[in-house]
Amino acid sequence: MSDSALHTRETQEPSATEATEATHAGRVVAPAVDIFESARSLTLLADMPGVAPDNLEIDLNEGVLTVTGRVSPPQGPHEEPVLREYGSATFQRKFTLSQSVDQAKIEARLEDGVLRLELPKLEKAQPRKIQVKS
Amino acid sequence: MILRRVGRAEPRWANSFHSNQFQDFDRIRREMFRFLDSYPGGYDAPSAGVFPAINVTQDRDNYYVRAELPGVKATELDITAVNRTLSIAGKRTAAEEAGVSYHRKERMDGEFNRSVSLPGDFDSERVDARFVHGVLTVTLPKPERVKPRQISVKTQ
Repeated sequence: MSDSALHTRETQEPSATEATEATHAGRVVAPAVDIFESARSLTLLADMPGVAPDNLEIDLNEGVLTVTGRVSPPQGPHEEPVLREYGSATFQRKFTLSQSVDQAKIEARLEDGVLRLELPKLEKAQPRKIQVKS
Repeated sequence: MILRRVGRAEPRWANSFHSNQFQDFDRIRREMFRFLDSYPGGYDAPSAGVFPAINVTQDRDNYYVRAELPGVKATELDITAVNRTLSIAGKRTAAEEAGVSYHRKERMDGEFNRSVSLPGDFDSERVDARFVHGVLTVTLPKPERVKPRQISVKTQ
């Protein structure tokens, strides 16, 4: 089962040294993802808590899919921290898509802080039953 | 402060162990990065591997407890306030997909339970909880008697 026609590969970790610099100040965190494949499509789930649909960017450029979500600080003006385990970081992760993804039909949905990307396979990459005629 | 995580120790892997055996390392590495990245920020508490991550703030009137709970349904959250302690418990259910093979499985599912002790009293009758975009915000009002008060100085 390990040999599938489709592969997503991570191009780079955001924490790795990059040639370009981000225009936004602040930390960049890689969201945890699940990627699974069915006969027809590939699905990507990413945990992006605090990201509103307006602050989510999905960019597809030369087969590289970049998912970026910005979190606006929820704190009120006079709040002071007591315990802090997470900052208002930007979520970002990049993936290289294989040739068999139908790039025109990618669909995205953001619900309860989880991004769900449906990446359908091209017709020719889908398995087909061949009828044997007698 | 009590910090603990209750849940299945092992995530439910998809059918193939072979392709998933390195994902634990992958997860640890990501958590390490998140932990190390938090240093320039100054006062982030170590949070690697604890779910959910919690922030506590306060202003003059309230304490605010915020937790990152992506993919958790509001109906599956159980929030209790006893004395100075707030507990957040719940369950994250992974969408069961039939006939799929996993390339990556980093998102953990299962039950969780965390408690935070607040530095002062709060009025447990008026606690308010909101869940927006996968972030839970619990507002805990401070009782009148502990609120800071301006004291005017009289002369003569």
